[in-house]
Amino acid sequence: MELILALGIGVLTGSGVWLLLRPRTFQVIIGLSLLSYAVNLFIFSTGGLRTGAAPVLERGMAGSLATHADPVPQALVLTAIVISFATTALFLVLLLAARGLTGTDHVDGKEKSR
Amino acid sequence: MSDALLLLAATGLPFVGAIVAGMLPTHARNTAAWLAGAIAIIGLGLVWAAYPTVAAGGVIRHSMAWMPSLGLDLVLRMDGFAWLFAGLVFGVGALVVLYARYYMSADDPVPRFFAFLLAFMGSMTGVVLSGNLIQLAFFWELTSLFSFLLIGYWHHTAAARDGARMALTITATGGLCLFAGVLLLGHIVGSYNLDVVLASGDKIRGHALYLPALVLILMGALTKSAQFPFHFWLPHAMAAPTPVSAYLHSATLVKAGVFLMARLWPVLAGTEAWFWIVGSAGLATLLIGAYVAIFQNDLKGLLAYSTISHLGLITLLLGLNSELAMVAAIFHILNHAAFKASLFMAAGIIDHETGTRDLRRLSGLNRFMPFTTRLAMVAAAAMAGVPLMNGFISKEMFFAETLTAQGSVTFLLDILPFAAMVASAFAVAYSLRFIHGAFFGPDPVDLPHLPHEPPAWMRLPVEILALACIIIGLLPAATVGPYLNMAAHAALGAATPEYSLAVWHGFNTPLVMSLLALAAGVTLYFLLQPLFRRNIEGPPFISRLEGRRMFERSMVFLSWRLARTLEGLLGTRRLQPQLRLVVCVAILAAGWAVYRRGLGPGNLVPQGIDPVLALIWAIGAACALGAAWQAKFHRLAALILLGGTGLVTCVTFVWFSAPDLALTQLLVEIVTTILLLLGLRWLPKRLPGTGTSEVMRAGRRLRDLAIAITAGLGMAGLAFGVMTRFPPEILAQHFLERAYTEGGGTNVVNVILVDFRGFDTLGEIAVLGVVALTAYALLRRFRPAPDSVDVPEQQRDQSAYDIARPERREGDTVADWLLIPSVIARLLFPVVGMVALFLLLRGHDLPGGGFAAGLMGSIAMILQYMLGGTQWVEARLRVLPLRWMGLGLLLAAGTGLGALLFGRPFLTTYFAYADLPLIGEIPTASALLFDIGVFALVVGATMLTLIALARQSVRGHRAAAPRATAASAPAAPVPVPAAASAATPTAATGDD
Repeated sequence: MELILALGIGVLTGSGVWLLLRPRTFQVIIGLSLLSYAVNLFIFSTGGLRTGAAPVLERGMAGSLATHADPVPQALVLTAIVISFATTALFLVLLLAARGLTGTDHVDGKEKSR
Repeated sequence: MSDALLLLAATGLPFVGAIVAGMLPTHARNTAAWLAGAIAIIGLGLVWAAYPTVAAGGVIRHSMAWMPSLGLDLVLRMDGFAWLFAGLVFGVGALVVLYARYYMSADDPVPRFFAFLLAFMGSMTGVVLSGNLIQLAFFWELTSLFSFLLIGYWHHTAAARDGARMALTITATGGLCLFAGVLLLGHIVGSYNLDVVLASGDKIRGHALYLPALVLILMGALTKSAQFPFHFWLPHAMAAPTPVSAYLHSATLVKAGVFLMARLWPVLAGTEAWFWIVGSAGLATLLIGAYVAIFQNDLKGLLAYSTISHLGLITLLLGLNSELAMVAAIFHILNHAAFKASLFMAAGIIDHETGTRDLRRLSGLNRFMPFTTRLAMVAAAAMAGVPLMNGFISKEMFFAETLTAQGSVTFLLDILPFAAMVASAFAVAYSLRFIHGAFFGPDPVDLPHLPHEPPAWMRLPVEILALACIIIGLLPAATVGPYLNMAAHAALGAATPEYSLAVWHGFNTPLVMSLLALAAGVTLYFLLQPLFRRNIEGPPFISRLEGRRMFERSMVFLSWRLARTLEGLLGTRRLQPQLRLVVCVAILAAGWAVYRRGLGPGNLVPQGIDPVLALIWAIGAACALGAAWQAKFHRLAALILLGGTGLVTCVTFVWFSAPDLALTQLLVEIVTTILLLLGLRWLPKRLPGTGTSEVMRAGRRLRDLAIAITAGLGMAGLAFGVMTRFPPEILAQHFLERAYTEGGGTNVVNVILVDFRGFDTLGEIAVLGVVALTAYALLRRFRPAPDSVDVPEQQRDQSAYDIARPERREGDTVADWLLIPSVIARLLFPVVGMVALFLLLRGHDLPGGGFAAGLMGSIAMILQYMLGGTQWVEARLRVLPLRWMGLGLLLAAGTGLGALLFGRPFLTTYFAYADLPLIGEIPTASALLFDIGVFALVVGATMLTLIALARQSVRGHRAAAPRATAASAPAAPVPVPAAASAATPTAATGDD
């Protein structure tokens, strides 16, 4: 399990970094999205991989780690998901505005002169 | 009055006054002057009230806890020495305020001037009353800052700006050194408390860090006191209004440096290093300042250099390592303040009444302002050290000290008396030049104003000070004797030597030196007459040695050339190298950590491999690789593959017991995909490879591939390492135990978000709101690139199809496009809305919550936009995203503030369960209100972004249409949606 997820995170990171270094804005936005999946999964995995642990408490009872999933990384990732959505939206709008202003979708706002 | 109140009032009142003066109307000259004068007088009264205690050898202290954990207290402390300085600050301050009232023009914003002056007065008081070294450094920097503002008061002139900037650069740099030195000193002693420091002289002088600490502290003191080679800022600070010069450069700012040296004299002085640094700086400054002063044509310039010279004298006295010299230094500080302040004021009067300060134009003013002439003569005589004046007595003491100075450097000691005499002769010469040049000789010709006596009140401060010069000169022991004695005892303690303050000590060597210097000075002045008549600029021989030019060159070098060179070497404006650098640095940093700490196996045995999950991740990895590959060639395919990876992530969350994450991820996935789909329309077709050769491009790709693979492998290894170790449990346990008992919800993740870490969530939704507003603002002025303006190919085909058929009209196909899905979507609208509501209400106890519900709600609406078309929806459904956002933020913040009303901390939750008929038990924690706020904001923000994007296709065509028809007038302004329509974006479509 750990190995699969670790490899998955590795592939997502590799693809994301590759796209991050590409010259077209659309490639970069896809790369950032892939990278944010990888990072979210990584943060999530710091709580340990548990199948079948209860995510929700019994009414009136305090929970314990023996039976319940670790809520802290989950809360962090929930926040991260929303923020990465916001970043993607902002970046998309920026790239559209830059594309409208400069007429190109190169990340530097101009085609390479050489 | 209690000591604490006295000290706090003395330090705080000027600052309070500064704030009040700053808020007065621009032309409230008299009010501001009354205020400033009253505060200076009150300050003087407070200082006087402390006299009985201080005179008895007592020290007034008040300390307040500042950072108790670091053992730091704010300490205000007044002993005899500080008393003398505080009296000087307030006393001269009061006189300067009176003078400034008449000097400043009614056209200037005078309240601002007095605000700065008061703030400076407070900072200066803070310096002299500080009982903590760090606090002293703080007030020290404040004096630099406010002197900057005062010097630059006439900021419309370039000279004032340059002078202010130079003064700030030099003194603030010195201040930084001082701070470092003070930290070292505190490290040596183990305390920053001045009392403790003053008691640890031997420990400090014997410490290995003594020299660095000494050099750093002296850097601060010498820059502040304008000592060679840092002296050049002072003449340029003469661009300030004259009251400022009279205050800053006689009694306060520049005296802060010698104050500090004298304050720390008992613990820092007495070593060879001190003698060398302080003594030689003082000697050089004394001679150079006096020499240059003779050749100044500007009255204030002459006074500035003479100030430098006298500060050099004081510094030299401090550097001689003798207690008697220290007493002489304190005495001269006092005397110099009296005669220099009055001379600056006299120069200001001349400037004010004649319109010029140029000695080459001034002459014979004695006939026009005889009274001012007498006053200036008294002060100048004191400056020259003429017998029966106060300057004479301290100069005598100085001469006596140069004769008896002790030290290992015999060469320096041998020349000291001669150097002192030469400097003294120079002082006589420039004093003569000041008086003779301005007040005597033929009548002046062609002055800007006809000179006359100033208003009596303007002259009063000069009269008081000149009187002080004479009285102290005649009866030193009876007038300043007790105060000087008190200050010397406070500074030196038991080591205070015996000394006698008297005009006549018999016919001894210092008196002979004095008389010789007087004669030499007068002779020198008359010998130099031909030189002055030739209108020389700057002093002979060393006129090229200009500190200012070096300063400016180094400034240009630092702020321009060096910056440009470094930018050229290290900077790039291209994104790719920057990102590459970031990624590489991250990899290297991680690699370095692994190399240093090793990467051992984890302590958890990995769980077995589940074939289903393996299969799912095989798909996920394939999707990610495919997206990476297709992002260049086929954007839609890349987007679909990206969605695939997202789904796999989502499944992973479910798999590992995180339903909340899975839900949110799923919804975010949908909204992100829609968002990117809407953006695809405006991206250009792929360009064929540009000029670069195939080999180079392949090389670059190989390099990036290597980086990507390294990053991927590293991340995989890191993730595996983390997952095979026991996770830390403390935090998790804390939240699991308290989620229900204290947060009132069973969904721990949700409780963390809306309750325990509610403040973070509030910040997060604020970020979301800002992003949405930014997106809206950017898209409002969006103009598509020319090659994206045309109607898309598909729509053109559809129109062509319509035209080809006689029974159809153009646009029919577009109108009917996706008819059945759109009908279904309309039917689904209430259902999806209900799901959103359901997710919202159950969020506290079961997976769901404000984020998920908000995303669901916006999906309900965006579905209508996608399938029904923008115009169709907006004709029927008015979504007001900005109102949603505002409501959400208000609700979330209001819930938090509500807790304050009940006396609980911000965002504390109140909870109970309500039993509603039909629906059943629902949690009615106040967290629900907060969550509703989150919900409303997420709906608003998402809709604002999506609608703004979706509407581009409508706007784009409309913008293109007039452009095509009226191509001859491309400059015609495109209508911008009115500000009012921003709140109701639906109306904005009408404008464009």
